[in-house]
Amino acid sequence: MHPALLGILTIVIGVLVCISYFYVSNWVLDHLIFPAKGSKAGRNINRANMIRPWLFLFPALLALSVYLVYPIFETLFLSLTERLPGNHYVWAGTDNYTQMLADPKFAEALVNNLLWLLIVPAFSTAFGLLAAQLTDRISWGNAAKSFIFMPMAISFVGASVIWKLVYDARPAGQEQIGILNAIYTAVTQNDAQTWLTQMPWNSFLLMVVLIWIQTGFAMVILSAALRGIPEETVEAAVVDGANPFQIFFHIKVPQIMPTILVVWTTITVTVLKVFDIVYAMTNGQWETQVLANYMFDKLFRANDWGVGSAAAMVIMLLVTPILLLNIRNARREME
Amino acid sequence: MFSNHSRSSLKWVLHLSVLFLVALWVFPTAGLFVSSFRTVDQIGASGWWASMFPSEQNIIGRTAKPETQQLIDNLYVIEGNLLVADKEMTLSKWGTSSKAIDVYQVGQTAPLRRGGSITVSENGHYKVESKQPLSGSRGQRVFFTATVAPHFTLDNYKKMLLDKSNVEGMASAFMATMTVTIPATIIPILIAAFAAYALAWMNFPGRAILVAVIVGLLVVPLQLALIPLLKLHMNIGIGKGYLGVWLAHTGFGLPLAIYLLRNYMAGLPRDIIENARVDGATEFQIFTHIILPLSFPALASFAIFQFLWTWNDLLVAKVFLIDSSGQTTVMTAKIVEMLGTRGGNWEILATAAFVSISVPLIVFFALQKYLVRGLLAGSVK
Repeated sequence: MHPALLGILTIVIGVLVCISYFYVSNWVLDHLIFPAKGSKAGRNINRANMIRPWLFLFPALLALSVYLVYPIFETLFLSLTERLPGNHYVWAGTDNYTQMLADPKFAEALVNNLLWLLIVPAFSTAFGLLAAQLTDRISWGNAAKSFIFMPMAISFVGASVIWKLVYDARPAGQEQIGILNAIYTAVTQNDAQTWLTQMPWNSFLLMVVLIWIQTGFAMVILSAALRGIPEETVEAAVVDGANPFQIFFHIKVPQIMPTILVVWTTITVTVLKVFDIVYAMTNGQWETQVLANYMFDKLFRANDWGVGSAAAMVIMLLVTPILLLNIRNARREME
Repeated sequence: MFSNHSRSSLKWVLHLSVLFLVALWVFPTAGLFVSSFRTVDQIGASGWWASMFPSEQNIIGRTAKPETQQLIDNLYVIEGNLLVADKEMTLSKWGTSSKAIDVYQVGQTAPLRRGGSITVSENGHYKVESKQPLSGSRGQRVFFTATVAPHFTLDNYKKMLLDKSNVEGMASAFMATMTVTIPATIIPILIAAFAAYALAWMNFPGRAILVAVIVGLLVVPLQLALIPLLKLHMNIGIGKGYLGVWLAHTGFGLPLAIYLLRNYMAGLPRDIIENARVDGATEFQIFTHIILPLSFPALASFAIFQFLWTWNDLLVAKVFLIDSSGQTTVMTAKIVEMLGTRGGNWEILATAAFVSISVPLIVFFALQKYLVRGLLAGSVK
């Protein structure tokens, strides 16, 4: 069957199955198990209403358990075992972890990841805040925002191609077609550099790609927060003779601090998962390795599920503080 | 307070800095976009930013073969034009030897090694004249410097999308991406909408904990899920086909879907739902007739997110969708392959990348409003 046809068929079947599941299960509950009539009508309605939420939740909970909760435990298990030929698993204790910690590539990935964690959220948030503050005050601000926001729609792979052209290097004597080298050779009169192989700059050049993508996200959220600031606080500062910089840093920024934190943590999570950019641009060569790509390397190229899973657990561990923070915030909000 | 003068100059600085910021952000994408409309020669000859202006190129041309010579007024003559017909060029300097490519001006006449002489004019017209018959099987090479007018072409797109014989064509990858994306966008919405309604408007023990768990799952890296799920898919016979990707994208998209929709639904007016309940509507009716239509903006927001995410995804497709025939290779995976094998062929890379980028960009510019709304609702406050 043609895959497109298969896709359409899947949509139709999937949607039909979903709707009929919800419809039929509700009907069965209301008419067969706890009919809302006869002598027990009142009690039946109450009982049906106790069960109904779970009917609504069941498909989602099933999918979440299988696709997100179960893998956490399975990965933990895999990271503590050794896979032998024929799909046998033997207990390995912390062997995978000690092996991983001794791997210089892992140390490199960890250090790089920490750098990514420091730099990308900081610059994205800073640029986002700057863009939000500047564009909010001009007539064509929304159009400007659109363009800064646009990279959010572009895939990491697409962005990698875009930036590889920026960093492109041609041999000396040829016309440079990458803008970075065109400027570099024109200004310094040196030969063109193959930037992506030059340590330690190459890691930063990869980070630029993610900063370029995430700035739009930061800008959109922070712009909404800036608009939410009560006018009176700004007006009071103006009356007191504060200059625009003082107003921005002493009046506005403190008031949107919670939002800045949200933006920061959201980008942090994105950074921890970043895989495509490194995979597409350097594949971790020239000391640009990061955890997610290291893990992919171990799992699918070295076929070492033990160490690969251990690396995945390290990513999970790094995400956990944010996970707990988010849960705490969400619970506070619900109360 | 500021004087009027300093305020208006501040305004200028503001406009200029925003303009600079926008230019900085658009410039890289523009580079790839422009490059996808240039030929191999153009891309190699000058940076894309120069493509808007006429460029100087050194070109090698050849006169017609001696067998085409005609005898006119006792002279053997070959006439013709050195320039390719479809390009607008003007010649400036030329030469007849690769060691001296710019020794003659247009309109000048140069002697030929094999006898006779050649004259080249600005529009590329040449005239070879000789008293003796011209011999040899090939025409005379002419090296010239030409100013080429800006020129763009759709050939790259024709080659990458329409040419069926091109094994690197993106047409089948485009279909594969479509096939992955659309079901993977629609199915989670339905499942999530029901769950979100239960979490927003039904009272049951454990509700708060479930919401907390879903908020937690929002940030679980999907890297953790790769091997366990691949194992699972292989064990239950789903294998590495479309079904597996659809299921995986559904699972990974659900936390955000439920979270977004629950937040939105919880904000709907309580009266409407209470009144419907009093009037005897069942929960199922309330959901389908009241909640779903009212939640359209949130549904649209999530649909856009999920669409962008699945369209742009590389990791899930690389792990869960593998077919030895390559028929199911999605665009992102194909582009990464090309980055490895066709590193310097920017006409191919740029075009392939832009075929893949164009659809999300159209969606982005058309539905930006919903995307922004979703982002604002989706970031955990």
